[in-house]
Amino acid sequence: MTSSDGSLKRTPLFPVHVRAGAKMVPFGGWEMPVQYTGIIEEHRAVRRAVGLFDISHMGEFEVTGPEALAALQRLTTNDVATLEVGQVQYSLLCYPDGGIVDDLTVYRLAKDRFMLTVNAANVDKDWAWVSEHGGGARWRNLSAETALLAVQGPKAERCVQRLADRDLSGIRYYWFVEGRAAGVPTLISRTGYTGEDGFELYAAAADAERLWSALLEAGAPDGIMPVGLGARDTLRLEMRYALYGNDIDQTTNPLDAGLGWVVKLGKSDFIGRRAIEKVKTEGPKRKLVGFEMVDRAVARHGYRILKDGREAGVVTSGSYGPVVDKFIGVGYVAAHLSQIGSGIDVEVRGTPRGARVVPTPFYPPQVKKG
Amino acid sequence: MANYPADLKYTKEHEWARVEGNRARVGITAYAQEQLGDVVFVELPKVGAKVSQMKPFGVVESVKAVSDLFAPLSGEVMEINAELVKKPELVNQDPYGKGWMLVVAVSSPEEAKALLTAPQYEEYLAKGGH
Repeated sequence: MTSSDGSLKRTPLFPVHVRAGAKMVPFGGWEMPVQYTGIIEEHRAVRRAVGLFDISHMGEFEVTGPEALAALQRLTTNDVATLEVGQVQYSLLCYPDGGIVDDLTVYRLAKDRFMLTVNAANVDKDWAWVSEHGGGARWRNLSAETALLAVQGPKAERCVQRLADRDLSGIRYYWFVEGRAAGVPTLISRTGYTGEDGFELYAAAADAERLWSALLEAGAPDGIMPVGLGARDTLRLEMRYALYGNDIDQTTNPLDAGLGWVVKLGKSDFIGRRAIEKVKTEGPKRKLVGFEMVDRAVARHGYRILKDGREAGVVTSGSYGPVVDKFIGVGYVAAHLSQIGSGIDVEVRGTPRGARVVPTPFYPPQVKKG
Repeated sequence: MANYPADLKYTKEHEWARVEGNRARVGITAYAQEQLGDVVFVELPKVGAKVSQMKPFGVVESVKAVSDLFAPLSGEVMEINAELVKKPELVNQDPYGKGWMLVVAVSSPEEAKALLTAPQYEEYLAKGGH
């Protein structure tokens, strides 16, 4: 997805990244920082201290009105009725055949007002989808006017707290408050995509630079550093969080992908339900598993998974895990090969390289539960 | 800024060769390692293997990318840098020194004429490097 003139889109912080010396790359139609100093260094800084991410390329939709809840119940797989005001929910949009339109988070801002955060590359597709199937409610696409910063790591809370006018210690995982940070009106949510404690801060695009600079300054004593999409990817990989377009897409169903926990078949009808029920009854034919390489080799998206020389699946994500210090990956394998310890091969440049199915996440999550 | 020692010869695929008598030491340039980012894996041929000028002899992988390595000169592999197995980051830290990859017994010394000098390589980079 590119702008109408074919050029890449830029977040409000683009000039800040360029000034900081970031390496800018195309990602989902956007020109984004892939790294500032180095992926491994940035990755480790998040696990050890705190990192600051510009994820303003992500999309935000607001849905309001007496029919908003019913519309979201039809559109998404999780049970929105259980969501309290101030709470966040991970969920999916599915097609009638159970394929995934997108994964997203749903924020309940008020009884009849919700915000959806969707993947950058899917904003136009998702907007068309909710416009077509979200009838009865009022929808607004806030993507262009909304900036989103993530502050992630064990020192994230103390860093954000220095700027926030609300007590952050009481915010539980997947809850949020609306307040100010550095004087900027901000929705502060205890969520993230790294497996570390931390926050995602939504603000007006016009305030993005002010908030970014204030966070870098406030976090300086804790060693905060800006972190690019490269480390964002390796951090989420160590957690085995799904990446849309890699691990999940319109051809994968939630149960194959291990996302059954956000599919609530007991709630009212939703798009994709019948197809997902069928997979549940028959049992998934393939499963998304985490593996580590036994042989020295790097598995990459799209590489074939083999068993005894025969095709048995496909790698959906793979790289070096900078903190687990192993070559790790995620892929779909035939269901009978999905148990922990199962030996598989990954075809790397024509050569089968040994790998083993291992428990995931690869690194224990440090998020603040309860 | 990256530097390009004058005693090396360069390929347009961003490898360097240091001719030492009838042997050549081979690695990748400062520009190459910078473009790749953190190197996490280097796949090299075995000692005794034959490599051919501008044919792939191995692979270097960074966190994000996979790149073929091209031989600057033809010949037999006499040594490989075994330290890169445990410490692939040497390619980033010291591309012309501890990050070397191969020593080749050069079979066709005249092939060196096809390689770029340091000023030619820098000029090539200035034009975009590809």
